[in-house]
Amino acid sequence: MKLIFEKSVPGRHSSLLPACDVPEVELDASLCRQEALPLPELCETDISRHYTQLCQRVHGVNCGFYPLGSCTMKYNPRIDEEIAALPGFTSIHPLAPADAVQGCTEVLRLAGEYLCQISGMDGMTFQPAAGAHGEFTGVMLIKQYHDARGDRARTKIIVPDSAHGTNPATAAMCGFEVVNVSSTPDGCVDLDALKAVLGPDIAGLMLTNPNTVGIFDKNILEITRLVHECGGLCYYDGANLNAVMGVVRPGDMGFDCIHMNLHKTFATPHGGGGPGAGAVGCKDFLKQYLPKSAILEGEGSIQVRSFMGNFLVVVKALTYLMTLGREGIREAAVNAVLNANYLMQKIKGTFTPAFDRICMHEFVLDLSEFKKETGVSALDVAKSLIDHGMHPPTMYFPLIVHEALMLEPTETESRETLDEAAEIFRALFEQAHTDPAYMHQAPHHAQIGRPDEVKAARSPVLRWNPA
Amino acid sequence: MKNPKELQYSKSHEWVKEENGIAEVGITDFAQDALGDVVFVNLPEVGDEVTAGETFGDVESVKAVSDLICPISGIVCEINEELLDSPELLNSDPYGAWIIRVEKITEWEKLLDADAYEVFCAEEG
Amino acid sequence: MGSYVPATASERREMLQAIGMSAETELYADVPQAMLLDRPLDIPRGMSELEVRSRMEALAAKNKQYDVILRGAGAYDHYIPSIVKYIPAKEEFLTAYTPYQAEMSQGILQSIFEYQTMICQLTGMDVSNASVYDGATAAAEAATMCRDRKRTVTLVSAAVHPDTINTIRTYCYGAGTELRVVPCKDGRTDPDALAQMLTADVASFILQQPNFYGQLEDAKALGAMVHQAKAQYIMSCNPISLALLATPKECGADIAVGEGQCLGMPLSWGGPYLGIMAATAKMMRKLPGRIVGQTTDSEGNLAYVLSLQAREQHIRREKASSNICSNEALCALTAGLYLATMGPEGLKQAAKQSMAKAHYLANALCEIPGVSLKYNGEFFHEFVTVMPKQEEVLAALDREGILGGLPVEDGILWCATEKISRAQLDRAVSLVKEVLA
Repeated sequence: MKLIFEKSVPGRHSSLLPACDVPEVELDASLCRQEALPLPELCETDISRHYTQLCQRVHGVNCGFYPLGSCTMKYNPRIDEEIAALPGFTSIHPLAPADAVQGCTEVLRLAGEYLCQISGMDGMTFQPAAGAHGEFTGVMLIKQYHDARGDRARTKIIVPDSAHGTNPATAAMCGFEVVNVSSTPDGCVDLDALKAVLGPDIAGLMLTNPNTVGIFDKNILEITRLVHECGGLCYYDGANLNAVMGVVRPGDMGFDCIHMNLHKTFATPHGGGGPGAGAVGCKDFLKQYLPKSAILEGEGSIQVRSFMGNFLVVVKALTYLMTLGREGIREAAVNAVLNANYLMQKIKGTFTPAFDRICMHEFVLDLSEFKKETGVSALDVAKSLIDHGMHPPTMYFPLIVHEALMLEPTETESRETLDEAAEIFRALFEQAHTDPAYMHQAPHHAQIGRPDEVKAARSPVLRWNPA
Repeated sequence: MKNPKELQYSKSHEWVKEENGIAEVGITDFAQDALGDVVFVNLPEVGDEVTAGETFGDVESVKAVSDLICPISGIVCEINEELLDSPELLNSDPYGAWIIRVEKITEWEKLLDADAYEVFCAEEG
Repeated sequence: MGSYVPATASERREMLQAIGMSAETELYADVPQAMLLDRPLDIPRGMSELEVRSRMEALAAKNKQYDVILRGAGAYDHYIPSIVKYIPAKEEFLTAYTPYQAEMSQGILQSIFEYQTMICQLTGMDVSNASVYDGATAAAEAATMCRDRKRTVTLVSAAVHPDTINTIRTYCYGAGTELRVVPCKDGRTDPDALAQMLTADVASFILQQPNFYGQLEDAKALGAMVHQAKAQYIMSCNPISLALLATPKECGADIAVGEGQCLGMPLSWGGPYLGIMAATAKMMRKLPGRIVGQTTDSEGNLAYVLSLQAREQHIRREKASSNICSNEALCALTAGLYLATMGPEGLKQAAKQSMAKAHYLANALCEIPGVSLKYNGEFFHEFVTVMPKQEEVLAALDREGILGGLPVEDGILWCATEKISRAQLDRAVSLVKEVLA
C-alpha cells in the first residue's frame, strides 16, 4: 500500500486550532529554521483510512493465536485500557505537587505491594521502561552494592549460554566482563562449570528460571548459594515468571533482585514493540540503590530515565493484578503450564520436543532431524504457519537448540485453539513429507512473500524520499 | 573454490599474502560460505595497530556477526574501502577482496599452508 | 475472582489426563517441594470487573486535574486531536509484539518507516531509529554512540534537563566513563567554559535546545566549537519547536535526540513517553535499537523489515553497544499520526502559538511590580521569573485550578502552550497580581 507521504496533497489539512488570540512573536532569523518542513498534508478522512488500512496489516494477540516463545503473549484485557485512559491518570503532570498526585503515588504503592509479594522482594521501582531496561537497573544495583563496599575486584558477571541476548549486553553496559557458563543438555546450569568460574572477581549471576528452554532448574538453591558464598549477588530475569507466579517466588529461590515485564506477565499490551515496563524489585539491603528522579527526588541516586517510568503501563498492570488477585495469579500460572504441556503432548506425535519431559509455560521443538529428513527448516515451518493465520513461534532460540521453534501458548488460550494449532502442525508435518517445495516458498497468502533481508541490510533504505 | 597455494591461512579462517613487507588480510572461502551473505564490514582505520590473535573488525550477515582475527601484528596502512559499498565481494571473490593491508609487521601467528588448511576445514566440516 | 482463563474445571481435568496427570501440582514436579509456596500470596482476593473499575476510578479521582497547566519542564500539555487518541487504541496495533514476522506485520513496520521519515523531516537528519524509551535515555544512548577507545569523556550542558543529566551520568557510571557538566552563564551554556573543557579525550557534547530554562542557545556556534575539537555534537530538541527553530542538521549536529511526548502523548504522570533518536548517515550503524528498512519480497513487491539487526543485542550479545529491544513503538506510531494530522502548517501553528502565549504571559507577569525575568535571552515557550512570595503565588493559582510554573532554584519556570486561551492567561496573571499586591 502507499506511504502516507504519497497520499499528501498540498494545502490539505484538518482544522484543529483556533486563530492565535495573543500578539505573534518573531525570533531572530539566525535561530530560525531555514529548510522546508515537508510533513505530509492530509485531511482527517485520509488519515483515518490510512491507519485503518495499516492496522488491517497487523496481527495482535487480541486478533488470534500468538504463541511467541518467551514473549508471553496473553490476552490484553480491555478494562485495563479503559482505566489507563481515565483523564484522572492521563492529564496528570509528572511535576505536579505531591498533594495533587495522591492517586498516582498510590497506584505505584499498590502495584509495588502486589509485585513484592509475587516476587518475594522487599522494594520495587517502576522507573525502567522495558525488560532490558530493568536488567540494566538490576545489574546497576549489584554494581553499586559492590562499589559501596569498596569491593572493586568484582568485574565479572556470569551468564549461562542459553540466556537471552539482553543478559550479556546488559552486563557489558554496566561495565562488567561476561563469563559464559555452559548449560547441561537440558538447558540448566552446569554446576561444575559454575563452580569453576566462581571466585573473588565475580560480581553476580544473571539467570532466568524456568530457563529459556522452559525447564525449571532443580538446582536453583544450590546455584544461588554458591554465588552468594563467593560474594556475588543473584539477578533474576523475570522473562519467564508467568510459569511460576503464585507457585514459587524468585526471592525464595535465593535471588537478590529481579525485573518483571509488566507487558508480558501482567497482560499489558506490547504496542507492536512497546511501551512496556520493567519493574525492578530487590531485597532490603539493595533498596538504598534503587533509581530516583533527580528533578522529583533530588540527586545522588542512579536514574535510568525521566520521572517515574511508564506510569500508564503500571496502571494497566495494577488493574490486572487487582482483577486476578491471590487466587487468579496462581491460576494463571498453573494454566499457562497446563496449556504448554497439553500443546506439547498434542504436537509430540509429529514434531519432536527438544526435551521430552514436563515443561513449564513454554517448550522448544527441535527440528534438526526433521530438516535432515525433509529439507524443510524451522523457518519454513514458521512461515507456513502464517498461511494458517497463526503467528509463528520464536525461531532459532535458544541458541543451544538447533532448528528451534519455541512455543508459549499462555493461559488465555482455549483448548479448541490449542487443538487447532496442533492440527495445523500435524498438517505441516505431513506436507513437509509430500510437498516440501511449497513450504520453502511459504507464506503464500500473507501480506507479502518472504522479504529480501540481505538487500535491506546491504543497501539500507530507512526513510521515504520524494521521487 | 580452491584455496590458493601462495596464501597462508589461520585457524580462524583468515588468509594472509605478504609482498615486500606489506601483508594483505582477507577471509577464506570457507569463512564466507559459513557466514552467508555478507551485508557489512566494520573496518579499522588507517594507522591503527593490529595484534596477532586479536580482532581488527567484524563482518555482518543478516543474522550473525563474526569477528575478524588478525593473524599478524603491525600497522594498518590501507583498508579496502570498496567493501564498504560492496560487502558482497567477500562472498563472490574472497581471495580477491582483501580487507586490510598491514605494514611494519612485527609478529606472525603460526599459519597453515593451503593443504593443511584444507585438512583443517574438512575436520571442522 | 477475575480470570482470563477460558478452560473450565472439567476441561482442565481432561487436559491433565491427556498429559498423564491427575492433579495440577504434578505440573510442578521439577520444583523442589520445600520451595513451593505453602500458603496463598499475601495480596487481596481477585475482584470482578465492576469492582476493579470502581477501585481504580477512585484512585484516579484522588488526583487533582487542573483546568490550566502552566508547567512544562520536560512534559508539555499540548492539544491532542481526537483521531490521535483513537487510532493507537486499535487492538491490532495495541496488542501486537515487536514485528519479528514481517509477513504479518507490514502495518506496524510501515508505520515505523513513516515515523522514521517524519523524524528525519523534522530534524533534518539522515536516519532515525524506531524510538527508544524517552528523551533522557535517547541522550544517554547518543553519548554511548560517540565514545571510542581514545575519546571516552562526555560533556553535557548544565542547562540540560536534570533528569537527562542524571540518566546520562548513570549510563556513564555503568560504562566506567566520565561525565563532565559544562556550567551556565545567564541561563545559557557558557561558551568559554565549553572551549576550555573540549579536551582531546572528549567524545561528545550534549546541548538541549530550548534548554531547561527555556532559553535558546547559540546552537550553531557551540556546534562549531565542538567540531573544531573533533568531538561529536548531540542536540536534544523539543520536536514541536523544530517547526520554527533551526534544525539540528542546520546547527551541525551529528546526533539529534529529544523527548517526543509533546507529539500527541498525554502527560500521564511521566510515561509512556517517546525517545527520539536521529543521526547523520555516517553514524547510521551505531544507532541503537530497532530500525525499519524498505526492501522487496520474493515477488518483487515493496516490503518493510526490521533491518541492520547485526547491531543488536540478540546477535552481538556482550559486544552490543546497547541492550535495548522493546522500545516505544506505539508512541512512535502516535507521534507519526500526530505529525500527519497536524501537517506542516498545523505544527507551525502549535509552535508559534505556544511561543506567542509564553511571551504574552511573560510580558504580563513582568508588568506586575516585583516580577522580572531571570534571564534575558530569547526563549521559546518557557521562561524563568523571579518574584517575591513564590509559594503563595503558586498556592493561589492551585486553589483556582491552575498549575503554576515549577519552582527552580530561586525562580519559577513557566510554560505556555497553544491550548491555553488569552482569557486563561489573564486570569492567572490577575491571581498573581492579587497575591503580590
